[in-house]
Amino acid sequence: MRFLRLRGGVHPEEQKHRSADRAIEVLPLPERLFVPLQQHIGAPAEAVVRPGERVLKGQLLGKAGGGLSAPVHAPTSGRVLGIGPHTAPHPSGLPVATVVLEPDGDDRWQDAPVPLDPFALEPEHIAARVGAAGVVGMGGAAFPSHVKLDLGMSRRVHTLIINGGECEPYLTCDDRLMREHPGAVVDGVRLMLRALGAPRALIAVEANKPEALAALTEAAAAFDPLQVVRVPTRYPMGSEKQLIQFLTGREVPAGARSADMGVIVHNVATAHAVHQAVRRARPLVSRIVTVSGGAVARPANLEVPLGTPVQALIDHCGGFVGEPARLLLGGPMMGFTLPDTRVPITKGSNGVLALSRDEVSPRDPGPCIRCGRCVAACPVGLLPLEMAARSRVGDVEGAERFGLADCIACGSCAYVCPAGIPLTQYFNYAKGELAARAQARRKTEFTRELASARQARLAREAEEKAAAAARRKAERAAKAKANES
Amino acid sequence: MTMEHPYIPLPSPHAHAGASTTRIMFTVWLALLPASLFGVWQFGWPALNLLLITSAAALVTEAACLRLAEKPVLPFLGDGSALLTAWLLAMSLPPWAPWWIGALGGLLAVLLGKQVFGGLGQNPFNPAMLARVALLIAFPLEMTTWAAPPAVTPGFVESLAITFQTVPLPDALTGATLLGHARTELSRGHGLDTALAGAWSMPEAFYGFTLGSLGETSALLILLGGVVLVATRVISLTIPVAVLGSVALLASGFHLFDPLRYAGPGVHLLSGGLLLGAFFIATDPVTSPSTPRGQLLFGAGCGALVYAIRTWGGYPEGVAFAVLLMNAATPLIDHYLRPRIYGRDRNGRPLPKEKP
Repeated sequence: MRFLRLRGGVHPEEQKHRSADRAIEVLPLPERLFVPLQQHIGAPAEAVVRPGERVLKGQLLGKAGGGLSAPVHAPTSGRVLGIGPHTAPHPSGLPVATVVLEPDGDDRWQDAPVPLDPFALEPEHIAARVGAAGVVGMGGAAFPSHVKLDLGMSRRVHTLIINGGECEPYLTCDDRLMREHPGAVVDGVRLMLRALGAPRALIAVEANKPEALAALTEAAAAFDPLQVVRVPTRYPMGSEKQLIQFLTGREVPAGARSADMGVIVHNVATAHAVHQAVRRARPLVSRIVTVSGGAVARPANLEVPLGTPVQALIDHCGGFVGEPARLLLGGPMMGFTLPDTRVPITKGSNGVLALSRDEVSPRDPGPCIRCGRCVAACPVGLLPLEMAARSRVGDVEGAERFGLADCIACGSCAYVCPAGIPLTQYFNYAKGELAARAQARRKTEFTRELASARQARLAREAEEKAAAAARRKAERAAKAKANES
Repeated sequence: MTMEHPYIPLPSPHAHAGASTTRIMFTVWLALLPASLFGVWQFGWPALNLLLITSAAALVTEAACLRLAEKPVLPFLGDGSALLTAWLLAMSLPPWAPWWIGALGGLLAVLLGKQVFGGLGQNPFNPAMLARVALLIAFPLEMTTWAAPPAVTPGFVESLAITFQTVPLPDALTGATLLGHARTELSRGHGLDTALAGAWSMPEAFYGFTLGSLGETSALLILLGGVVLVATRVISLTIPVAVLGSVALLASGFHLFDPLRYAGPGVHLLSGGLLLGAFFIATDPVTSPSTPRGQLLFGAGCGALVYAIRTWGGYPEGVAFAVLLMNAATPLIDHYLRPRIYGRDRNGRPLPKEKP
């Protein structure tokens, strides 16, 4: 096996010691759960419950709203209070349709048939069960997992990569999951292999998690197709393209998907969710969340019912120490700020961080001195300084010519920039602007097509009218002639 | 908890490596201090006067330009870039240069070298070298009068007379730099064997007991500063190695070919402003390429030009010219030598989709 050095990357202060040794605790049920119908990439789920309805834990609240979508289930038993807009865990802080659930305290599961031997299931049935359980990518992207498992049907997948990198600082939820439930993770990986029809799986764990590595190695020892690989601790090792490059020695061609080269990447927490869904017939209704940061009294790893407001997690961890300078969902490199603590935890939320002023070291951006640190840090091989200079003045096409579309938004460039330039923000702006312009172009194109079709139709009608008139005239003339003779 | 309203999302990343422009500038300045203090010790009070006058002129010019551009004066003045420019310039000037050389140099460096282009980060040419070359062309006499201090360096009062030119500098107190001396001897038809005999010794050049610009004499202390810059990751080794490597390679080749006409690599590496240029001037981030391959080409170009100017050009020393010429090539280098993008070939086309 050929391991390539990761290009660029950075090594931020890990800060994992704050919560790495805290065993997973089950968060008590909050008074209310706010379960958004959109917790994934794709179409939102469509509500199938009505206000006032009683539901059991695991019961369907919303069915998948299309091919690229995922269903949403009740995280506990209780009563549906209503369905309405509630602030979503999204950078925009905008509201989405949300089911409000009042727990009854029984936390009673609905009955569901458990397969005796899931390995006797056909591959497509495994994927179907995963889809029905609402499993999505739990590393943060929240891409519906069954869609990726179905790819095994249409093309040959030779390697399943399980991402246990957890390269974001502070986060330890995957680490704890691998340490405490290695058997379930390994079982989930084996089920995924079966669904994909793939011959081998590589479970990649960063070198800074020796306990997780040992636990998984032991759990996977009995299974030949599974190999646990220690990867260097370097951000963004957990990025799909970078991990594939490191493990297979090959790059995903620009514009292609990893599946095109026979590689599928899933997160470890997703593997665990697949195990729960297929082996125990339990839909995805909770996840492990790391609560950490200098402004949190007692950092912890919590098993949280989906829909729990962030405030409940903070309260459980002893509240804030001083005023947090920044409240984040996700890691410090790619996570986003939260508008308030009423935002609910969803399937892709891996961490709640309350960072103190010292930790965020806010700075006013200064002029770029072209030092090239961003170029050295970029794992993709871009020239962030050139892209930023063009994005800043609105020359988004210029930024595009420098490879904007290949940017993975990892934030390594902004992390090292001595001038404190918010490069990632410039690139997000430029990408949005490009998308908006492309859409406007398509719209104009479409309008033009409609207009020219109308023109053509009008011209044709006029022509036909003229032809008919001429014909009638000729007929009349012929008739007149006939009468004369 | 209370949050500011309305809610303004802050962009990721929310962590930072901690490097800052100000810290970079002051690290470079600190790395320059040993060599410049050695110069002050070696050439006495006039050298200190020159450092201070040049710095003051640069800072005043910077402040005036910032005010004209309606930018906040103190934050920008405090980033240390104007001070660093002035310091580098003064270190490349003859140590007993009169006050107006320093004052004019500081003014030119900041005004024409940097601020007319829009300030920090916008200038195509190294400001210190731009000012030095402008001074050299406009005032060739003052810029090539090299102090040869007596055993007892002048006291403070005498130094004022030198700095403010109230008395002419006696010929006994000046001399030629090694590169200048070698050039003169060669033009008289002498071989380097006689020209360098007694005029050059490796240890003296290494420790810095030679004539030259204020801060370029001690190879040892400049190397020490270079080590500090590399260790603190302010610069990478690419440019210095490329500059020194290409000079050493060319000097060795020609020296083997004709040792009487071409000085060896030791003479070239330890003389003049080469080391200062390689570690502190060619590495200026603003005016050098931003990719490692570009930096390699840039450094090699600087070295080749230094050697060519010293050997066949009209001046005995060519570091400033070489750096400026390569500065002019930097946009071109940056345009052509880009890193390969992940998933694409060198021409930016997507890699072929292989059959799995």
